[in-house]
Amino acid sequence: MYSQGLIGAGSDNTETPEFLTAFQARIDADEKIEPNDPMPAAYRKTLIRQIGQHAHSEIVGMLPESNWITRAPTLRRKVALLAKVQDEGGHGLYLYSAAETLGVSRKEMTEELISGRAKYSSIFNYPTQTWADIGAIGWLVDGAAIMNQVPLCRCSYGPYARAMIRVCKEESFHQRQGYEIMFTLAEGSAAQKDMAQDALNRWWWPSLMMFGPPDGDSLHSDQSTLWKIKRFSNDELRQKFVDATVPQALRLGLTLPDEALAWNEAEGRYDYGEIDWDEFWSVVKGHGPLNKDRVAVRKKAWDDGAWVREAALAYARKRAARAATPLVAE
Amino acid sequence: MNDTQEIPLWEVFIRPRNGLSHRHCGSLHAADSEMALQAARDVYTRRGEGLSVWVIPSAQIVASDPQDRDQMFDPSDDKIYRHPSFYDIPDDVGHM
Repeated sequence: MYSQGLIGAGSDNTETPEFLTAFQARIDADEKIEPNDPMPAAYRKTLIRQIGQHAHSEIVGMLPESNWITRAPTLRRKVALLAKVQDEGGHGLYLYSAAETLGVSRKEMTEELISGRAKYSSIFNYPTQTWADIGAIGWLVDGAAIMNQVPLCRCSYGPYARAMIRVCKEESFHQRQGYEIMFTLAEGSAAQKDMAQDALNRWWWPSLMMFGPPDGDSLHSDQSTLWKIKRFSNDELRQKFVDATVPQALRLGLTLPDEALAWNEAEGRYDYGEIDWDEFWSVVKGHGPLNKDRVAVRKKAWDDGAWVREAALAYARKRAARAATPLVAE
Repeated sequence: MNDTQEIPLWEVFIRPRNGLSHRHCGSLHAADSEMALQAARDVYTRRGEGLSVWVIPSAQIVASDPQDRDQMFDPSDDKIYRHPSFYDIPDDVGHM
């Protein structure tokens, strides 16, 4: 999106108080900010970080699920899972191109990911041990992602908001696909129901962690809220997710792995137990079950594809050169 | 390995159905026009979003500069006589 001229360009707006006030006034008036508009360097940097991490999450998010494509129990499940994983790849691409409008190159973002410097959603560092995990991911992980993403459709940065509208339209199939898998297992044999319960036990808490640290500890929230990049706090979104998901779990006849979970009549919401934030920070810092494996797989894919990229560019250059010099016989 | 060159960026435009114009929907990287068209199909039309796709090298787009927005577009702001509501016509003439 018209970004090439920007790549490598300094974001050296002279950030006078007048400039910052005028920018905030545009945000407060619900104006969208578009790629070449003047913007504070910190706004640009925040968005590059957030959209980049979001894109990486989509791309790494393909790995736990693609693990089961060849082992899906029926052809119907297999085509659905293939389509879902393909969507995640597409979502990564929409987001990378939104980030590129801010002046970061695709290559820089790829290098950050395969060097292990970039962050992505910590949930994808957990393994998919059984087929029921595919159900739990679609239902819970995509469900949590939708909760996070719907408000981003109104984000102040135009290209990010537009990318999120496409993503949200496509995600609801993912969640229904996952819930259907869980429902079928829960209605099946005792062993199948146990498998569904086991997946729920393992994915429930990491799904709650997807909303990020509690409001008091979140580093980037306040400024992002002022800039209307973020519309709800981590804890608000987490609560919405719990309230939407508990009845769905009850319908499945499964038990959420939280003894403190209870309906709070006075507040009109579910109270839930303490989240293990030590586990969250440990996975974020690279010590989850599969952090190293996920990055290694992406790096291998990138390295193995080098000859393809090189050949495609060489072919394009050759054709362009031939088109520039017409044959004498013509 | 010659990975120093960035694969070119393309802008993608899709006509959702006949009767509507092509509309910008995003961008992608591809080595040449043929690959750009195929990638645009895969990335932006997985659910029947379009009947026709255009891809254009991003570098070929000439755009107005947002810094020049005022001098580009201000001249049209004070020409209210270009709008139908500028003209007074008796109410009993009805809709015109």
